[in-house]
Amino acid sequence: MSIRDRLSGNEAIATAMRQINPDVFAMFPITPSTEIPQYFAQYVADGKVDTEFICVESEHSSLSACLGAEAAGARAVTATSSAGLSYMNEVLYVAGSSRLPVVLAVACRALTGPININHDYSDSMAERDSGFIQIYGENNQEVYDNYLMAHRIAEHPDVRLPLMVCEDGFITSHAIENIEIEEDDKVKAFVGEYKPENYLLKSENPLAVGPYGVSGYYMEARVAQAQAMKNAKKVILDVAADFEKTFGRKYGFFEEYRMEDAEIAMVIMGSSAGTAKAAVDQLRKNGVKAGLVKIRVFRPFPGEELAKAIAHCKAVAVMDKSEGFSACGGPLFAETSGAIINLEQRPKMIDIVFGLGGRDFTVAAALSVYDRLEKIAAGGEIGEVYTHMGQRER
Amino acid sequence: MSKKAAEINEQIPWQDLTTGCEIYEPGTSRLTKTGEWRSRTPVWVEDKCKQCVLCAPFCPDASIPVKDGKRADFDYDHCKGCGICIKACPFDAIVWKEDEA
Repeated sequence: MSIRDRLSGNEAIATAMRQINPDVFAMFPITPSTEIPQYFAQYVADGKVDTEFICVESEHSSLSACLGAEAAGARAVTATSSAGLSYMNEVLYVAGSSRLPVVLAVACRALTGPININHDYSDSMAERDSGFIQIYGENNQEVYDNYLMAHRIAEHPDVRLPLMVCEDGFITSHAIENIEIEEDDKVKAFVGEYKPENYLLKSENPLAVGPYGVSGYYMEARVAQAQAMKNAKKVILDVAADFEKTFGRKYGFFEEYRMEDAEIAMVIMGSSAGTAKAAVDQLRKNGVKAGLVKIRVFRPFPGEELAKAIAHCKAVAVMDKSEGFSACGGPLFAETSGAIINLEQRPKMIDIVFGLGGRDFTVAAALSVYDRLEKIAAGGEIGEVYTHMGQRER
Repeated sequence: MSKKAAEINEQIPWQDLTTGCEIYEPGTSRLTKTGEWRSRTPVWVEDKCKQCVLCAPFCPDASIPVKDGKRADFDYDHCKGCGICIKACPFDAIVWKEDEA
């Protein structure tokens, strides 16, 4: 039986970690992810886990310690945010290319500057090409569920890639919601033990990890890594199917909300999707065929599937909660554009950068986006393709 | 997958690489003739050598073989020509090969 409990996103992740009982947790605190190791430290002190809990001197070190542990054959986890994730940058790539399936919880927070502790996706989007699988949750329940699926996806022999479980800083990480927590033994049975085929502590078979790859090997190694990311798509769906069978909650690459006959739609991520759904419901009451697609899996990017989901729309707004400074749109817009480029019939598309550094996203704001989409769908001018929303201006 | 290092070379397709380019056995540097990188070559002048064997521990690449307490000639398959042994030798018993300098 599931247990109904009220937890913050951080506590939900820490709870999932306690239930999984990883071998190693190398921690370094940073707002707003700090509570994750804080809760976990209590579990260690109370003897609820037998995890090796290492307090290191930086995020570069916390991920490095995790990689050492993973290479040794252990299941290793950590958590971070913002500048901490940036400081891990070099090591993120090592995790990906060494194919070490560490699971990293990210409470997504703006990057400097100006210095800011609130939510947007500048940190995780900056690492979108690091070789990590990235799974985003809309609310505390999804974040908990995503964490329960994370190790099985990352550790699958066809994948063996590191994975980020992303939650929205403060909005999800600190807000308390009533969610379904699964029983410890059922979680343990679902997640299973980590049994890598080769590892440093396997004395009968010495192993070298992360060798130098001259030009004669680098290209092949990268293609193999890219293939692993493609393989992750099937594994993500397989694990989600087993999760649904076991715990009853259904997940895919993305959630389609009232999309069947939608003429105008948003592509959006995380907690903002909840706000936009309220706008969709209002519009539907008034007979407007509005819908939204909430991206859950950003890496691997489900381009083909997303294209199918939005192909029938007349106009789509991609909602980017990070600024890419490309001067032509944010990262989600770039991916979505790439996904639909070869469709015979494709929607008109605009990009809206919003919610940076914790700027509120309201139902009224979402309605204004749909209003613009309605005009474009009716044959109006697209106008500027890439705009910002929610800022004060003259 | 427990592919031997000797089976990994610059002709095999990407599908045949090990996951993360892992190597599943020790001592595989013997298979790679890194001595090819050398641009200058140290030469052992045997009649000046007092067999103090100070050169061997200084060699960063274990390219000075020592047997029964005595050094033998260089392992040129792996010597990269750094010249540290030349600096370490108190008896000028290691010199650069002429017309390379």
